[in-house]
Amino acid sequence: MSETSKKVKTQIEAQSKKDNASQWRLMWNSFRQHRLAMFGGIIILLFYTIALFAEFIAPFDPHASTSKNVYHPPQLIKFIDYDDNGSWSYRPHVQLMKLDRDTITLEGKFSPVQGRKVYLKLFTKGDPYKMWGKFNLSRHLIAPVNPDERFYLFGADRLGRDMLSRTIMGTRISMSIGLVGVALSLFIGIILGGISGYYRGVTDTIIQRIIEIMIALPTIPLWLALSAAMPQDWSTTTRYFAITIILSLVGWTELARVVRGRFLTLKSEDFVIAAKLDGGSQWRIIFRHILPSMTSHIIAAVTLAIPAMILAETALSFLGLGLQPPAVSWGVLLLEVQNIRSIAAGPWLFLPGAMVLIAVLSLNFLGDGLRDAADPYARKDH
Amino acid sequence: MNNTTQKNTNPTVLEIKNLVTEFPTRKETFRAVDNVSYSLKAGKTLCVVGESGSGKSVTARSILQILDAPGRIVSGEILLHTQGGKTLKENPIDLVRLKSRSRAIRSIRGREIAMIFQEPMSSLSPIHRIGNQIAEVLQLHEGLSKKQAWARSVILLEQVGIPEPEIAAKRFSFEFSGGMRQRAMIAMALACNPSVLIADEPTTALDVTTQAEVLELIKSIQAERNMAVLFITHDIGVVAQIADEVVVMKKGKVLEKGDVFNIFKNPSHPYTQELISSARELDQPAIQRLEARARQKIGKPILIAENVRKEFVISSGMFGLKAKKVAVGLKDASIELHAGENLGIVGESGSGKTTLARCLQRIYDNTAGKINYTDRNGKSVNLGELKSNQLRPYWRDIRTIFQDPFGSLNPRMTIAKIIGEPMLVSGELSGRELDMRVEELLELVGLPASAAQRYPHAFSGGQRQRVAIARAIGPKPRIIIADEPTSALDLSLRSKTLDLLLTLQDQMDLSFIFVTHDISVVRYFCDRVAVMYKGEIIEVGDSETVCTNPKHLYTQSLLSAVPKPDPMQRSNKRIIYS
Repeated sequence: MSETSKKVKTQIEAQSKKDNASQWRLMWNSFRQHRLAMFGGIIILLFYTIALFAEFIAPFDPHASTSKNVYHPPQLIKFIDYDDNGSWSYRPHVQLMKLDRDTITLEGKFSPVQGRKVYLKLFTKGDPYKMWGKFNLSRHLIAPVNPDERFYLFGADRLGRDMLSRTIMGTRISMSIGLVGVALSLFIGIILGGISGYYRGVTDTIIQRIIEIMIALPTIPLWLALSAAMPQDWSTTTRYFAITIILSLVGWTELARVVRGRFLTLKSEDFVIAAKLDGGSQWRIIFRHILPSMTSHIIAAVTLAIPAMILAETALSFLGLGLQPPAVSWGVLLLEVQNIRSIAAGPWLFLPGAMVLIAVLSLNFLGDGLRDAADPYARKDH
Repeated sequence: MNNTTQKNTNPTVLEIKNLVTEFPTRKETFRAVDNVSYSLKAGKTLCVVGESGSGKSVTARSILQILDAPGRIVSGEILLHTQGGKTLKENPIDLVRLKSRSRAIRSIRGREIAMIFQEPMSSLSPIHRIGNQIAEVLQLHEGLSKKQAWARSVILLEQVGIPEPEIAAKRFSFEFSGGMRQRAMIAMALACNPSVLIADEPTTALDVTTQAEVLELIKSIQAERNMAVLFITHDIGVVAQIADEVVVMKKGKVLEKGDVFNIFKNPSHPYTQELISSARELDQPAIQRLEARARQKIGKPILIAENVRKEFVISSGMFGLKAKKVAVGLKDASIELHAGENLGIVGESGSGKTTLARCLQRIYDNTAGKINYTDRNGKSVNLGELKSNQLRPYWRDIRTIFQDPFGSLNPRMTIAKIIGEPMLVSGELSGRELDMRVEELLELVGLPASAAQRYPHAFSGGQRQRVAIARAIGPKPRIIIADEPTSALDLSLRSKTLDLLLTLQDQMDLSFIFVTHDISVVRYFCDRVAVMYKGEIIEVGDSETVCTNPKHLYTQSLLSAVPKPDPMQRSNKRIIYS
């Protein structure tokens, strides 16, 4: 072995352990630098946790109505409980409120009942529910000590149903419709985009023209037409799946374009040509060399596609053509605020809209961060 | 202007004293320029030479305070001894004291000190006409009217040797060739008659003949205007040709400075010695190669290309109604590669050398012609007419090393997987046996066995190129087509990589086709050479003969344009081929 070879060897051996890092490690490192994306990621994780354990986290049955609590305003949790004689203890509670009617105008008004408090407790028994439609349970994350009492952190709607429980249940449908819809459009997108990018030529031209036509179609009328065509007697679950299919039929085009673009650039990369010269079959080149280089980009594209799905579902349901009550989604909840009376009586009914805002913003931040981190090998000096 | 009186004297124009520039990051502070001092004299050229990352550009950028964030000057002085053509005897301007966005430094940028960059395409605006861009400088700094400024910019374009300057001024930068763009950049830099010109690798992106033209232009303008030139380069040949004084930099420090003749005659620092000797070493045949050829004679032809033609389809015409538009990349090229021989293919960018190499291996499908390959058993096949799945066995015999060691290794695979791929897909080796073979290959190219489990990003350019070589020799090939394997590497690594290839040739009975634009590499490495120009092979012959006594006028012009790493050989007249 020559002198220089020895030098090269010692140099390499001296290098630190972090050089062994795989692409996921590098991606994670650069993703962590993106503060806003980290923040968005945590929020999204929280939302999906809520969606997964919605029945347990919701304090009440979202469909249970109480006529005496119509348009009950939101209450604040107080943690320190003062006794009449001035001593205090740690007991989370809310102030009980009661509906009074103005004797002349008959206007309903909630006012606190002095000295009456609703005490709350973690992991206590409340309304019974079926976890994931299977297990009969009745413990909630937080519930009143006395199961007959109620509290309203997000207020109540026109039937006196707890908005917090309804928003939490809505999280499940709204957040999952994004995932399911995107999964479906990802499937169509990767296949058509991949074919388009790999085979080029006439196939590519045809697929690209189809995509352009799909993009040119006005989406809202298309959705309206498709959902209006749905039979009214379909069950909630069937409707849910039909809506996801409708949404992803339009949503796949963007993903197909991303995939095609990556295929085109990667196909002419030296390392792909090298793989071809190494004798690899077409399948091996696609699945071992091209696709692994794209996964990170695809993840980023998917994250950015979910908010569009959520917004689309909200829009459809808001127009009354998406999911139908008794199914609960953020869009369905916003149906309630279509008239001026609800806005005047209960502005807190807008809270599901705020959830849409937070979810969409967080997903966009997360997607931005993922996109920047997607290619840890991009040369920064060029 | 009173510089007529100073024509024969060379007063100091710009002085850098103990300059320190740092790039603070959250974790540590990187000192890019560490206590650097040098001075520029009117009418003289100072060359700063060093490898990438040596701090040579950062020093130049510190002068004009155009450092990239978060860079900042920590200490030192940059004294400008001239303003508006007058010498400031008593109190020179300290540029370090000026704020980077102040009016004072803006009036110096472009007016007193002008700068030209490596890539003129990104320094010129693509949406403004060349004439307008130069005129804008004049309007801003000299306060000329629009009409006057335009007239001056036409004159400037004429001075930098752009033909038909009135028409050229109305063009956009993307309509110009690389050399023309660099000329336009120089015209813009000269607009306000600066006393200092900073040229940051202005010829690195250009072909040798264009480089020679641009260097001549800078020289003549300097002589005309008695300008001080700070020339930054990594090419020791260019230094030898144009410098009056030399500063050698490494890792932010000045290692050596002095008169160009002295430095080339007796370099004192070991790094300078290595730099100069590795450039000179390349300019002659490798002893290792000559010894090997004495032991084993070159054999029969094993790869014969006959009239290989390649046309690229630019537009296939709307629905096939119109005639196809094609660009001819390769015009009927014929070459032979003998067993155990190194054949060089040399030419400038766009000459078709890479196209030829890629056709020989059928990465590109040739439009016409034959590529006859004689395999180990003496059977001859025309690779040109095989289907791509029939080519696989031949791709194991003919392997490739790519130019860019960053793009050619899959960043998502470990070194072991990259090197093992050809043996694995052919079903030749797997499991433990494959690991052993990979280890053996790493040993052959001088990398430690521990490299196998790392990813390419852990390696430097030179180390990656060794990985690429290991991958190429994996399936025990007979021919290796190397497409500029050394041009992305620093000079000191080039001869080492070439020596490695020669050692492997000796051990494994290889033949090389070596594509390059660098004539000195050809002389070192190749037995025979084919010179290409505009898609044609214009001269083939023994590499020593071609390099010392070329027949074709183009080869002569190419050779005369190559900067020789010896300041004593400057007077050679350049031959121009049109």
